[in-house]
Amino acid sequence: MKNFGHGIPVTVLSGYLGAGKTTMINHLLRNANGQKLAVLVNEFGDLPIDEDLIEASDDEVISIAGGCICCSFGSDLSAALLQLDAMNRSLDHILIEASGVARPEAIMGSVGLVNGVSPDGIVILVDAETIQKAARDKYMSDTILAQLQAADLLILNKVDLVTKDQAGVISTWLASLNENAPIIPVTHSKVAPDIVLGHFIQRVYAKGAHQDVGGLSTLTLLPKHNIDVNELAQTLAKDYPNIVRAKGFATNKSGQKILIQVVGSRFDASIVSKDLPDGIVCLGLGETLRMQHFKRLFHLLKLNEASQKLEFDI
Amino acid sequence: MVQTSIFRAKKIITMNPNQPETTHVAVRDGRILGTGTLEELAIWGDYTLDDTFHDKVLMPGLVEGHAHVMAGTLWRHVYCGYFDRLDPDGNIWHGTKTITGVIELLQVAESKLKDPYMPLTGWQLDPIYMDNKRITRDDLDQVSPKRPVGVLHASGHILNVNSKALELAGLLKLGVNHPGIPLGPDGLPTGELYGPDAMGPVSTHVGFDRASMEGDADGLRAFSKMCVRSGVTTVTDLAARLTEESVDKMLEVTELPTFPARIVPLRVFMGASAKDTIDLVLSLKDRSTDRLRLGRIKAVADGSIQGFSARMRWPGYLNGAPNGLWYTSPAQLAELYRLALANGIQVHTHTNGDEATEMVLDTFATALNEVPIVDHRFTLQHCQLADAAQFRRMKNMDMCVNLFANHHFYWGDEHYRLTVGPERANRMNACHTALEMGVPMAIHSDAPITPLGPLFTAWCAVNRLTVSGRIQGEGEKISVQDALYAITLGAAYTLHLDSEIGSIEIGKKADFAVLEHDPTDISGENLKDIKIWGTVQGGRIFEARNL
Repeated sequence: MKNFGHGIPVTVLSGYLGAGKTTMINHLLRNANGQKLAVLVNEFGDLPIDEDLIEASDDEVISIAGGCICCSFGSDLSAALLQLDAMNRSLDHILIEASGVARPEAIMGSVGLVNGVSPDGIVILVDAETIQKAARDKYMSDTILAQLQAADLLILNKVDLVTKDQAGVISTWLASLNENAPIIPVTHSKVAPDIVLGHFIQRVYAKGAHQDVGGLSTLTLLPKHNIDVNELAQTLAKDYPNIVRAKGFATNKSGQKILIQVVGSRFDASIVSKDLPDGIVCLGLGETLRMQHFKRLFHLLKLNEASQKLEFDI
Repeated sequence: MVQTSIFRAKKIITMNPNQPETTHVAVRDGRILGTGTLEELAIWGDYTLDDTFHDKVLMPGLVEGHAHVMAGTLWRHVYCGYFDRLDPDGNIWHGTKTITGVIELLQVAESKLKDPYMPLTGWQLDPIYMDNKRITRDDLDQVSPKRPVGVLHASGHILNVNSKALELAGLLKLGVNHPGIPLGPDGLPTGELYGPDAMGPVSTHVGFDRASMEGDADGLRAFSKMCVRSGVTTVTDLAARLTEESVDKMLEVTELPTFPARIVPLRVFMGASAKDTIDLVLSLKDRSTDRLRLGRIKAVADGSIQGFSARMRWPGYLNGAPNGLWYTSPAQLAELYRLALANGIQVHTHTNGDEATEMVLDTFATALNEVPIVDHRFTLQHCQLADAAQFRRMKNMDMCVNLFANHHFYWGDEHYRLTVGPERANRMNACHTALEMGVPMAIHSDAPITPLGPLFTAWCAVNRLTVSGRIQGEGEKISVQDALYAITLGAAYTLHLDSEIGSIEIGKKADFAVLEHDPTDISGENLKDIKIWGTVQGGRIFEARNL
């Protein structure tokens, strides 16, 4: 069930200095829920891992509670990814912390070239309090704007430090830069791990799953057979910013089983050999996944609204 | 018993204003005991008169302030450059003028390889001079369909590979989606790989393994031979990783009595925090020897102008290309500069575009105000597009500059019509302005990007000719005297080594460039044609012919 023959999913995490990347990485490690994460950092010096999480460390690898690890990739990311693959640690997810001047889409491009791993999504962390000033910086402006535009998911951090009105203004501004990426407001970098790592689907399929960070809802679509699966994936990614993630199976017009994966505005639809039941689980924030929002989607895909499931707080 | 040798030469150009020219130099313990007439030097007691250089001209050993040891290691691969080039063993490799010629060259090299799996690698391809014709994997499959074949471009930022190399890297497949990997009509990669991200997964399969290249004994030896052939006695390796193993190896190789050069490797600021980098360099500093000078840092602010990755101020690139990339953020540089100043560590910073230069000047100004250290000699490397106002700021902050004079010759025409346009192309590598504003200045080759050879570099700065034969930026020409200063004391100053090298005077290292012609006597346009007999390094004689 894990990766359906795909490589280990890779998330590129970026954001300018002070956005809260370090705090977020520690939060994800503390709430990994049995998932084995590998965190790849650009440099070991400003280690993003809280000391109480570290079990052991040598020059190459830092071992973290729960089977997670942290490595530095220096100037050669592809070599570091190949090395991770070779370690054979049955990793569930790789998180690359990109430097503040990196072009995250270029990093994701490199990820796509390495066997054994596959691009999952670009997550850009934004400091609600300082982003607009930073985006006007004499030297960093275009770099920061390019990062925001490259995002599949925008995590709007530190929303407690601005007023509700200000948060609204920033969200509108972010949406004007990147209309497809869902904007997820959080405080203290505490983003639901499901949003970044996307392992909710296993729990949904396993039933009776436990949710560690509340405020999420899922919608399970049961598409008809023989639909245009590409169109479905694209629609979920581009037309529904409320859907932060989606994953599942559908059968295309040629009768092939397709794995659909959506991370914010990014989507992937690829043929899988296993015969699994059709069904796509969509993850949204709070109660944003309301039936009426999806009427157009149901209509587009000739689905019967009554047959769809809507669950809150999975 | 102390041994004193007195060398007699046709002429000795000392770069010491108190005695600019002389005929004899006395050497003891690898250092200069004095210069003058034989009578003046005899006062030091017994000596052996060495007449080896009676018909030669001696200059201070030349100092190359921006090169890479890789210039030596690359020669184990096939030279595919457009221009004639001298290899470490003194053979001239003729430039190859067409793509067909390059393929034939590689075919010949291929036929000599015995191991059927060994990769075949070429370097220094520059299609700019071949109507920008592109090479595909089909072209390189003609060299060999069975072994991996790769050719690195002169810029170092593009790699051409054959089908086998793509296959080994797992990229000979449909669905590759990367901006640096163009696809052919068949949906498969064409074999052109643009930028380090795209090159990375393939380069090891075609024999470019950066990790193993550093501290490679044969490569270092080849590099040092190139130094002798170009009159260089002190040379930088301007972006080394300096791992434990590579430093051990470099110490071992440079310590050999036959090693003819002083290597100054700078630890690159990449992949480690500012604090860790400073700590590493501080610990390395103590391991320095006479011929391996550790303890300096190289930072990189932006990319290259011809690669459109340099950071440009308004109005940006001539062709409207988007602004380039920051390789290091202002915040990281600020931290590095503060810590480096506080710990007495010198930093050289690569800037190509004028916005990168501006950013470094701003960032350094803040750091220097916080940690006001005198005589830091922080140096801007390349700094190709700086204008007069920026040179004034450098002067005000006691910074140095090392300008890329060779670049002007090789790619000046491209900059004129394609990247930045006439006005900025004319002021590129503005040596005259730098000197006029009083900025301590060196000039460099960035070997292997362009050939190692400070006298050629001096020629470039004096004449400002481009490949097509145009004079580009008449007003930025400098005198022969200024150019000779830049490749000796000028470069030594940027390395804090001017008290030891850069001129022929009492107390300094006995480092000489041994020339067949007098650079002050032939006119500036002939500087590049001066024949070099070899060098004297630390009193040891190295004849290029007998290396």
